[in-house]
Amino acid sequence: MNTLTNTLGQTLGRAGGVNLLPLIVAAAAFGLIGAPSSWLTLTVAGLAMGMMLFLMASGLSLVFGLMDVLNFGHSAFVSFGAFISATVLAGLGGWLAADSWMLNALALAAAYLAAISFGLVAGWFFETVIIRPVYRDHLRQILITIGAMIVAEQTILAFWGGTPLSVARPQFLEGSWIIGDVSIEIYRAFAFALGAVVFVMLYFMLNRTRIGLLIRAGVENREMVESLGFRVDRLFIGVFMLGSALAALGGAMWAGYETLITPALGGELMIVVFIVVIIGGLGSIEGTLLGAILVGLMTNYIGFLAPKLALASNMILMVAILLWRPNGLRPAIK
Amino acid sequence: MTLLTIRNMKTDIDQYVVLHDISFDVPEGGVFVLLGRNGAGKTTTLRSIMGLWKPSPGSVLFKGEDITGLHTADIARKGIAYVPENMGIFGTLTVDENLILATASGRFDPARLARIHALFPALEQFRDKQAWSLSGGQKQMLSVARAIIEPRALILIDEPTKGLAPSIVDAMAEAFREIAQTTTILLVEQNFTFARSLGRDMAVIDDGRVAHSGSMEDFAADTALQDRLLSLSA
Repeated sequence: MNTLTNTLGQTLGRAGGVNLLPLIVAAAAFGLIGAPSSWLTLTVAGLAMGMMLFLMASGLSLVFGLMDVLNFGHSAFVSFGAFISATVLAGLGGWLAADSWMLNALALAAAYLAAISFGLVAGWFFETVIIRPVYRDHLRQILITIGAMIVAEQTILAFWGGTPLSVARPQFLEGSWIIGDVSIEIYRAFAFALGAVVFVMLYFMLNRTRIGLLIRAGVENREMVESLGFRVDRLFIGVFMLGSALAALGGAMWAGYETLITPALGGELMIVVFIVVIIGGLGSIEGTLLGAILVGLMTNYIGFLAPKLALASNMILMVAILLWRPNGLRPAIK
Repeated sequence: MTLLTIRNMKTDIDQYVVLHDISFDVPEGGVFVLLGRNGAGKTTTLRSIMGLWKPSPGSVLFKGEDITGLHTADIARKGIAYVPENMGIFGTLTVDENLILATASGRFDPARLARIHALFPALEQFRDKQAWSLSGGQKQMLSVARAIIEPRALILIDEPTKGLAPSIVDAMAEAFREIAQTTTILLVEQNFTFARSLGRDMAVIDDGRVAHSGSMEDFAADTALQDRLLSLSA
């Protein structure tokens, strides 16, 4: 077993490292699926799903890495983001249905901005009131954040009711592009593109700015960053707010992807989001993206090839990766 | 003139009392050495000064100002740098990123950077390498360099020679002598030969208490005292 994993690791390392895993998965799926059109449709769906999962998971990964905080309440930001954006979109129904792509885009931007704003404010409140009193106490963190998740779910139920809520999509994102016999849903391509833009911005922020340098250093050794004269607790509030806003944006995008949402949305996604964070390696944005893309692709390929295994596929993926790399694919700490 | 004054410092870690009663004065300039056996409380003393453990009761005065109970970051901004036993380098950051993080402005002062590169040439050679890939000695150099990239009044250094090759230890001693001309060093060290070559004043901690303090010259001459407090002959 050890020889096999060592050989696999060395071969991958020479060829480009773990970054190649999504390509390997996609190539293997191509062989198994056979039909190029089905494979391409599933791949685009997997990439779009991966990008939305990345948005939801990136903040959780940084919070986990930076302050060692297990936040099961992260799903609340996803759920609220989805419901708030759906409500804004419903209120701007006239703009959504208009023939002008400008009005369509404005409605979508308003919905996403509302979700992001909520994420920022709620993130600040959540960190200050709920998380801060339980630093360095994992058991209490788990209990209190699960409690917060339940309260959030019930609050959504009280405001929006238990009936699944239909989410309107802007006109310009409806339909598909037909290229030969391949059908690519426009919304999925948009979700992938928006996720990619957010990743590039996050990557730039973390690797080219002083704040990013502090966050990366804080993920590795918080105590040492404080010994250099920086208040990591203040930095953490900012990271927590950013992570919450990204989760809310991910929820808003997911709402448009699913088009029918329930208050349990965040809770259901949370298991997958945790799998993404664990697979990617704590505190690493690149690892989170890699994990999210892998989970997105696997979910779609397995859902097509062996629907009965779809639910278990992510768990199997996580177990396989952790057996190979116990700290995840690209952990922040070496 | 006294730079740092520790008075009746007691530190608990969870339910254990690690420091019972620590009092000593660090004069400005030169190297002050804290000696003691394993587990005597030397590292806890440095961490308590730095605010990483909260002493209670007791007081820490820096330049006459009471810094007891301040946040670690605020203590650091008063001009105290810390080089921990595990070096505390950021492995995924490059050598230059490790250094620039320790600057207040986010920019290098060319003169200070040149001084660091003169003291530790390897840091210039590997400035774009990720720090995890450096050797143990180079990591220690980076850790010390990070402490002097900004002007500091006091540097707390915890066992810098641990696990290093003799040639690196010699280079480190040379660097400390140079640094001590402008900055006071409070050095925790188990390597008595190394400590003796650098220290002007010293204190011995035993079982969480100061068992002896005075000049290094006197202590180095008293082998019976050394044997009793440090078990050097054992």
